[in-house]
Order: sequence, then structure tokens, then C-alpha cells
Amino acid sequence: MTADSHVLEVADLRGGYGAIQVLHGLGFYVGLGEVVVILGANGAGKTTTLRAISGMIKTTGSVKFRGNEIGNSNAADIVRLGIAHVPQGRGTLPELSVEDNLLVGAYTRKDNEVQHDIERWYEVYPVLAERRTQRAGSLSGGEQQMLAVSRALMSRPDLLLLDEPSLGLAPMIVQDLFQRFQHINKDTGTTMLVVEQNAQLALGIADRGYVLESGHISHEGPAEQLINDDAIRKAYLGV
Amino acid sequence: MDLFLNRLFDALSNGSTYALVALALVMIYKATTLINFAQGEMAMFGAFIVLVLATERGVPMWLAVVLGMILSAVLAAGIERTLIRPFDPADHLPLVIITLGMFLAIGSMAGIVWRFDPRSFPELFPSGVALTIGSATLSWYTVGVVSTVVVTAALLTLLLNRTKIGLAFRAVSSNLESSQLSGIRVGPTLQFGWAIAAAVGTLGACVFVADPIRQLDPFVMVRVLIFAASAAALGGLDSLWGAIIGGILIGAVQSLLVPYTPIPNELSLAAAVFVLMVVLLFRPSGLFGTPPVERV
Repeated sequence: MTADSHVLEVADLRGGYGAIQVLHGLGFYVGLGEVVVILGANGAGKTTTLRAISGMIKTTGSVKFRGNEIGNSNAADIVRLGIAHVPQGRGTLPELSVEDNLLVGAYTRKDNEVQHDIERWYEVYPVLAERRTQRAGSLSGGEQQMLAVSRALMSRPDLLLLDEPSLGLAPMIVQDLFQRFQHINKDTGTTMLVVEQNAQLALGIADRGYVLESGHISHEGPAEQLINDDAIRKAYLGV
Repeated sequence: MDLFLNRLFDALSNGSTYALVALALVMIYKATTLINFAQGEMAMFGAFIVLVLATERGVPMWLAVVLGMILSAVLAAGIERTLIRPFDPADHLPLVIITLGMFLAIGSMAGIVWRFDPRSFPELFPSGVALTIGSATLSWYTVGVVSTVVVTAALLTLLLNRTKIGLAFRAVSSNLESSQLSGIRVGPTLQFGWAIAAAVGTLGACVFVADPIRQLDPFVMVRVLIFAASAAALGGLDSLWGAIIGGILIGAVQSLLVPYTPIPNELSLAAAVFVLMVVLLFRPSGLFGTPPVERV
């Protein structure tokens, strides 16, 4: 795969919160149409990595999106370039209705197909259609995660960042959620970067994976290879 | 009975002016969970601008009010950009200190520019009596004030629920981070809230001092702000219509408690705040506020 087909290319990324540095010079790439997973334990820097890409924290190093440097750009501008981010846990606007959440997702769009897209995600997640006038905060955890993902997809992103989508959800729901990610990736061609602790599930839908340890990449490779790597099996698959 | 009716009409007109300022407080609270202690002083300053336009520049009264509201909005947008935005919106103490500083500074500035002597304010509503029941009279002023607050709340509701900037404003109020991640520019959205709040506040101050029994001076809004803040808290702080009901209720407590209980007039302010305290004890989110919903 050549560098031109890389949607995202991160090099020597360093950053953190105030005086605390979390990322110690990590580098990775995401190819066009790929699903890439970043595995890591709590505190390894997974969330921080995604926040660095979407402009929520200050960083040094290089973040290139479709060949253009976007490091330290404003978060609102990065959305307009085509990156959508589903943050960890609460990615919805709890006081707003389900439909308003989707409209907020389309906030940057100027075309007239917004309503069409809303109907489309209602078809994918019929439960959202049933609850379109309900406040997002009243949905179950799984439904909120579906809404958060749909909200992010409403911006028609080229790259979708997913921050631990499995967190706090029942195993059945998580299974279904990940299967749908796979379908969305196939149907829309949306490139995805997922950070997860649930290695089994994430590697199951991923093309490639990276392992993040204390702010740097310790392992990388095709998903199948990582699943069969003994060190990774011990550390992240619990076998 | 007639005394009661008269008192009720007083409650309506006082309560509606509190409600207008409460609406301004709610606009900023919704977005930032911050009470702008300078809201009343900003409103007073706006009313002085209206007075100057109307009496010294010969602008027709209602046009002067609209121009004053626009100028207040522009000034508030400037204040937000220079004094509020540089600070972390989640850290409330510095912002509270800033609004207290603005409270003092705007009051003093108004005194320097326009002196501290009370000035009479042109009437906004027809004088005279709209309705007489026995010896109780409902003035056109009261009718005008109540209509103003209802129309204002209706317009604000439309603005928030039917426009794109309104959607952005509600989104930022609900979840700042997810709003940013949806491409909403948080700074200008909050600035919009400050501008709208200032315009509504100025309208409130104008309506308040347009009562023939009142005059405009740099301190006129201090008491009103306390009542308005109580009204907003009573209504639930994030609810526009709650602010109106809260305003009317605070007005009612103020004008009905004194004649019908041994509470002296001097304590009516404290009594209103006491009622608020009791209500919040049982309903921490106010009467119409949104209780936090979060399912895990």
C-alpha cells in the first residue's frame, strides 16, 4: 500500500494534558477503506490518540489526513475536513431528541440530503426511528451508542474514529454493534479507526491492528497475525 | 376581594419584568450553567442607551428599544469575546468573579456617563386602565408587560427550536464535547447566547422602568436581578417557560405575602428568596427544570 492511499498518517505524535505527557512519539497509518484497531490497556493513551487526531488536545509531531497536515487544527475545522469522532461513553446530546442529535451530526453539511440520511440511519437502527422524539438521555446504553455512531456518520465522514464503543455494554449488544460497524464499512466505504480493550471483537472486524503501550506502539500487524501472536494473546485476549 | 385582585395584577406586572430578566439569565445558564451577575447592570446600561436615543436623539420609543436591544447585544458579544471566552468554561469561580466585577464596573460607568440622579423614562404602553372590576383596576401597563414577556418567550422558543444557530446553542448546552466533535464552533455559539440574553435583558429593564411609578438610575436593576435570579431558579434555570412561571410566582409572593401576613414590607425580598429555598429543598431542579438524565 503506498503512502498516497493512506487516509491518515501519524508520525512522532507527542502530547497529553498539561504537564502530563501521555503520547511518547507514536506513529501509525490507516489506509483507505480499512478498519484499523488500536489495542491497549487502561491509560495506554488510546483515547488521547483519538483526541489528538480530532483536534481536542495540543500535540507535537505530525498528523496527516489525506496528505494534508492537520495537527493542532481546530476541532470544528477537522470535522469539516471529513473526520468524525464518537467519543468514549457519552457521545450523545442527552437533553436533545434523537432526531435533533442526528441534525447536529449534519451541522456542517450544506447539501439537501440530510433528511434522506436521517431516514437511512433510521432504517439501519429502527429503534432510533421509534424514539425519534424522545430525549437521547432516556435511551439505553446500547441505543445511545447506536445514536452516537449515527450522529457521527451524519457528517458523511471519510474517517470515523470510534473510542471504545464496547465500554459498559452487554456482550450481545457489543457483538451486534461491531457487526454493524463491519457492514457500514463495507456499504459506505467509510474508513474506521477503532480503539478498544476488547481485542477479540475488535480484531474480528479489523484489517490491521496496533498495540499501544505507555504512549508508544509496541506491536503492529494484520489482524489475523495479532490474534495468533502469543504475547498479545496473553496480554489482551486473556488466553 | 378587590384588594386581592389589585395585588394579583401587581404580581403579574412585577412578575413579568422579573421573568424577562430571568429569561436572559436562563439563556446564559442553559449554555454554561453560569449565572451572569452582571445581567441586571447590562440591562440597566441598555435602558440608558434607549433613554438617550429616545429623549436626546428623537428616535421613536419602540424603535429606540429595538436599537437599544441590538446595541446591547453587540456590547455583550464583545464582553463575551474579551472577558469570558479566554477562561475555561468549566471552571466557574473565575467566571463568577468576572461577572461580579462587571456588575460593579458597569454600574459605575453608567454613573459616570449618566450621573446617579433618577431620570424619568418615556412610557412604552398606553397609560390608563384597561379593565375595572369593582375597585380593582388592570392597567394597560400590566397588559403590555405580560404581553411583552409572552411574545419574547415565544420568539426565543422559535429561535432555539427552529433555527440552525438555535440547534447549535441547544447542542452546546447539552454536551459541549460532542458539539465540538460535530463541527459546532462553541465560542461563537456561546457569544450568540450572551448577545440574545443582553437584548432580552435590556427589554426587561426598559419595560420595568417604563412603569410611570418608577425611574431609571444606575442601581435600579440590583433588586430586580435578585428577584429574577430567584424566578429563574424557581422555574428550573434551564427552562424558558419555567422562568416566566417562576417570575410570576415570585411576584405573587412579594405582593401577596406582605398584605396577608405579618411579614413587614422591608422583608418581602427576603421572603421571596426564602420561598425559593423551600421549593428547591423539595425540587432541586426547580419546578420545570430538566432533571439530569443519564443511564448507564
